[in-house]
Amino acid sequence: MPDTPEIMVYTLSTCGHCKKTKQLLNECNVAYNNVDVDTLASEERQNVLEDVKKINPKVSFPTTKIGDEVIVGHHEDKIKEALGIS
Amino acid sequence: MKPEELYEKLRKIQEPKGYFFNRDKELVMELLDGLLKRKEKDGYMTCPCRLSTGDYESDKDITCPCVYREPDVKEYGSCYCGLYVSKAWNEDRIVREFVPERRPPEKIK
Repeated sequence: MPDTPEIMVYTLSTCGHCKKTKQLLNECNVAYNNVDVDTLASEERQNVLEDVKKINPKVSFPTTKIGDEVIVGHHEDKIKEALGIS
Repeated sequence: MKPEELYEKLRKIQEPKGYFFNRDKELVMELLDGLLKRKEKDGYMTCPCRLSTGDYESDKDITCPCVYREPDVKEYGSCYCGLYVSKAWNEDRIVREFVPERRPPEKIK
C-alpha cells in the first residue's frame, strides 16, 4: 500500500482495547509507529503525554493518528475508513 | 496469583452486586493479567486501560473497580475498560457503544 498515510498509535501495555487496535492494524498489513506510554520513563512519558493531549484532550488510550485523522478508542470501522479499506 | 484465581475471587464479590465479567473471556483474562501487573508495579490494582502514577492518592479514583464503573455501567452497560458489564449487556439486550473516558484529563499524569 504505497499511499498509506503515516500512522501513530498511543497505547498502554495492559489495555484490551489497545491490543485490539494493534491487532487490527496488523491484520490490515499496514506499517505503524507505536508507543506503550505506561512503559516509558518519567521525562519521556511527560513529553509523549503532551503529544497525546494535543490530538486527544481526554488523554485516553488507544489514540490512533492516521494521517490527519485522530481516532480515540478502538473503532474498527473508523480505523478502516481512515485507511481507505472499508 | 494467576488471572484464573483472580477471576474466581472477583466474580464471587462482584456478581452479587450486579457487575458481571464481560463474556469475552479472552479480553477479561488479558485485563486481569493487566491488573496483576499493576499490582506488581504499583502495589495496588488500577484500571488496565488508564495510566497509573504509582502514587495511591492520585490513582485512587482508578483503583479497580474504579469510581467511574457505576455511572458507566448504568449509562452504557459496560465499564470503560470492558471488564465489568451488566447482565443485559452480556445478553445483547442493549446496544453496545464505545464508552467514552469520564476521568478528568487533569488527573492524567
